[in-house]
Amino acid sequence: MNFLNDPINFIAGWMHGLLTGWGLPDGLTTVIIYFIGITVLIIFAMTLDIFLVWVERKVVARFQDRLGPNRIGPFGLIQPFADIIKLIIKEDITPAGADKLLYNLGPVLAIASVIILWAILPLSSKIFGVDLNVAVLYLVAAGALGTLSIIVGGWASNNKYALLGAFRMVANMISYEIPMVVALLIPTILADTMSVQGITQAQSGMWFAILSPLALIIFLISAIAELGRSPFDLNEAESEIVAGFHIEYTGMKFGLFYAGELLHAFTFGGFIAVLFFGGYGGFFGLEKIGFFSWLNNPFVQAVVFLAKALFGYWVIMWIKYSMPRIRIDHMLAFNWKFLTPLALVVLVNTAILSKVLAGLPNWGYVLGMFFSNIVIGFITVEILRAYGRKQRKAEAKLSPQSTQKQEQAA
Amino acid sequence: MTADKIIFLLCAVLILASALMVVTTRKLIHAALWLVAALFGVAILYAVLQASFLAVVQVVVYIGAIAILFIFAVMLTRREMLDKGVQTRSNWWLPALLGLLILAGLVFLILGQPAFGRTAAEMPAGVDTLRNLGTALVSPDAFVLPFEVASVLLLAALVGAVYIASGKKE
Repeated sequence: MNFLNDPINFIAGWMHGLLTGWGLPDGLTTVIIYFIGITVLIIFAMTLDIFLVWVERKVVARFQDRLGPNRIGPFGLIQPFADIIKLIIKEDITPAGADKLLYNLGPVLAIASVIILWAILPLSSKIFGVDLNVAVLYLVAAGALGTLSIIVGGWASNNKYALLGAFRMVANMISYEIPMVVALLIPTILADTMSVQGITQAQSGMWFAILSPLALIIFLISAIAELGRSPFDLNEAESEIVAGFHIEYTGMKFGLFYAGELLHAFTFGGFIAVLFFGGYGGFFGLEKIGFFSWLNNPFVQAVVFLAKALFGYWVIMWIKYSMPRIRIDHMLAFNWKFLTPLALVVLVNTAILSKVLAGLPNWGYVLGMFFSNIVIGFITVEILRAYGRKQRKAEAKLSPQSTQKQEQAA
Repeated sequence: MTADKIIFLLCAVLILASALMVVTTRKLIHAALWLVAALFGVAILYAVLQASFLAVVQVVVYIGAIAILFIFAVMLTRREMLDKGVQTRSNWWLPALLGLLILAGLVFLILGQPAFGRTAAEMPAGVDTLRNLGTALVSPDAFVLPFEVASVLLLAALVGAVYIASGKKE
């Protein structure tokens, strides 16, 4: 065991030796080491978050044909620190009539619901918090805490707009949790496990994005809805309810909501990488060839993972800055009448095919899965086209006279 | 005292204190949030007992769905839901007595159990509790019947909800 092959266990073993050498009992040493490990993971996530502020601002600027922050430091890299100083020295206002405890609990829960996701995020085969056998469900459970943070913050602010934003967010999250859970079941079926390490290793030969592209799309859409980002940013629709659930928050409390949202988006980029793009691995068997064995190094894997996660994050930003906001009834109809049935069809298809095609050689399995998804996608598009045409025809049939008669009757 | 015991005692205090706050607090939304805390404590207990699936499902179902719907319903009502009346009735001692009797009976029964006071056996390595649970739920000599009955019940509820919501207003 050396530092390059297994850094976490190496450091943990070294610290264990050091602390027991100081005369601390064995149990206490383990607790201290775990505590330090958790702290380091959180610090890493939060430091990354500072960097994400810069990434987000630069990328949105490029999408909107601007330059973005470019004055402080090279490429504006020091800008986030200026932002943080600004947020810290702003006046901290608690609105009159706010529920003080809950008002302060909201931002804490918002960032906590993201940080706890990092416990299961596998940065590499050796660098990860914990390898839960229910990691996929854990992801859903953490989403529940995120919903709670928005409800608590929106309700405690004693503000109509904040409450409206919280209402919308709850409707959004409760609805889109269903296609998300169904889409999460598909990698679970394909990998035959719910642990993220297992799902990553199952993709060393073939990405699940190729085995089930529809599941990837459904997961991406429901993840964006869960994040509350555009086109599902009804909870903070500026043109209607000013800033939604965090309207009353100032200074660093607003900063926590903002940082939580950015880190949440990046974390979901990471989960898209893990569930569909092979996570830290997924080199299509390349790492087994002697020349490429350095791909198995945990540090290389971590870099690969972070690059894939950043790509996922970039896709989420790309959608955010090129889509208009969806109307609330459309948002609900899209989920219940389109996304959920589609997700269920894909799930049943994957469950049946994974048993039917199990006997086939690997390429037959991959092709069968891929083309079944393409067929389902094609049928879906055709149904949508027929439905759209029917609706347009029904609208065209309504001549001015018949509309008048209807109005008189009503 | 082992780490397990310390965590158990902390959890027990959390659950009992939050449960007490649920029934004594005067703000309805605080009661709902204390309920969330109590349910979360139960999830921690499951996690300590290495029942990871139950722990996560506890959070998903009870906090993610039920408690959030509670809070949602409470938010839809009047904002100031302060109960200003007296919180006890004159005959409060009767249920208190009954509760104490039940507690005493339960404690007596548990003390009589041979398993009482024994530490939990270490989980043998390589046992996938999740897989065992999944197999048990669908195998005919285990729980397939209750599982299917529950599914049919849920399906009936689903159909009923769709029928009521379909809104055939004649």
